[in-house]
Amino acid sequence: MKTLEFAIERWETILGLTIDHFEIVLTAMVISITMGVLVGIMITYNKTAAKIVLNIANVMMTIPSLALFSILIPLLGIGRAPAIAGLVLYTQLPIIRNVYTGIMNIEPSIIESARGMGLKKSKIMFKVKLPLAFPVIMTGVRTATVMGIGLGAIAAYIGAGGLGQYIFQGINRGNDKMILIGAIMVSVITVVIDRGLAFVQKRFEI
Amino acid sequence: MTKLRDSAIRIQDVILVVLILSIAIGFSYYVINYPQDKIVERFMSYEKIIMAITQHLKIVVISSLMAIGTSVPLGIILTRPKFKKFAPRVLSIVNIGQTIPSLAIVALFVGILGIGINTAILALWIYSLLPILNNTLVGIIGVDKSIIEAAKGMGMQPKRILFKIEVPLALPVMVAGIRTAVTINIGTAIFAAFVGGGGLGDLIIAGNNVNRWQILVLGATLPALMAILSDIAFGIVERKTTI
Repeated sequence: MKTLEFAIERWETILGLTIDHFEIVLTAMVISITMGVLVGIMITYNKTAAKIVLNIANVMMTIPSLALFSILIPLLGIGRAPAIAGLVLYTQLPIIRNVYTGIMNIEPSIIESARGMGLKKSKIMFKVKLPLAFPVIMTGVRTATVMGIGLGAIAAYIGAGGLGQYIFQGINRGNDKMILIGAIMVSVITVVIDRGLAFVQKRFEI
Repeated sequence: MTKLRDSAIRIQDVILVVLILSIAIGFSYYVINYPQDKIVERFMSYEKIIMAITQHLKIVVISSLMAIGTSVPLGIILTRPKFKKFAPRVLSIVNIGQTIPSLAIVALFVGILGIGINTAILALWIYSLLPILNNTLVGIIGVDKSIIEAAKGMGMQPKRILFKIEVPLALPVMVAGIRTAVTINIGTAIFAAFVGGGGLGDLIIAGNNVNRWQILVLGATLPALMAILSDIAFGIVERKTTI
């Protein structure tokens, strides 16, 4: 109850930080989805490149997030830009992986028949492969977005701002209410966005 | 069987492990012998690095063992016919718990246990329950029904079916869950430093506070390498347990 009173008293700050958080994650996700899908599509044309990229992605995924952000500090400094760079680096890995598996798992006979009908390579990609791989790609995007929102909280350590800042301030001041509010807001955003993306996925599936 | 055992350890794993160990040792050697200034020189020593690594490992190992000890039995109980109906509900509760940022979980336990290593261990235990529980359930439910039917037909007791058939067949999936959990734990254990639990996060915080990149990067590189190492090790175990 005290936490609720605390939150109501400071709802403007909390709302501002939530919007900040949302902005950071949104910027990062737009970049990382674009890059992830492009890289994912490109590596379907070359087996060796695919193997190398996927192996690197697998190793990168095991690197702890705070460690990644800390390594970026000497390279890029602190602030919002390096935070977004770190988020992009991290969140595009599940997208690349899912784009690749989604496209590679399409039945070859479907692609054969598209080729038999005289479709060009680019047409096959946009009219056949991508629509068929859409559910798998969307799953990757969902995983990446959920990861990104959680990571956004940690990115506050290198000065990204957002709800993570509230949590860190709470830790430094020994204020449980601030930590709790920050945590709850982050998980609320996560659940809402995940459900939203699940809805989009259902709506546009073939 | 012997052929499988041989192929469980791949040559690329060996190369990667050697590479990782040499990076870790080489970088520690570099920081200690070629410090950028007096502050780094006074702050860093081999004892300090080794102590941070041991503390980090202690947090990870204890919390992971606790998580395995709770999640695996819980997962097995939830697949028994009597409790099967609770499984989706338990999973959805734990799933929502997983959306809370790891940092916040570690920080929130300060209010309950105070600062120190116990807080970190408890928070990591809670946080690593889901992957193991999830994979135990998926692994056991995924066992082919016809195999269980055949075992029943041979007159096996439910207990024997569980330990002789279901668990061995589900083991690779369970190990995959443990692999994920341990990798996450190594990363989350960095946050232990924020609540006074020590570990390699101490180096990151110290490096950031005194603005010396050598301390910071060493503190960040070691847990990253540790995570990759444990991932490789569990990958080998996973391949070995596959029947």
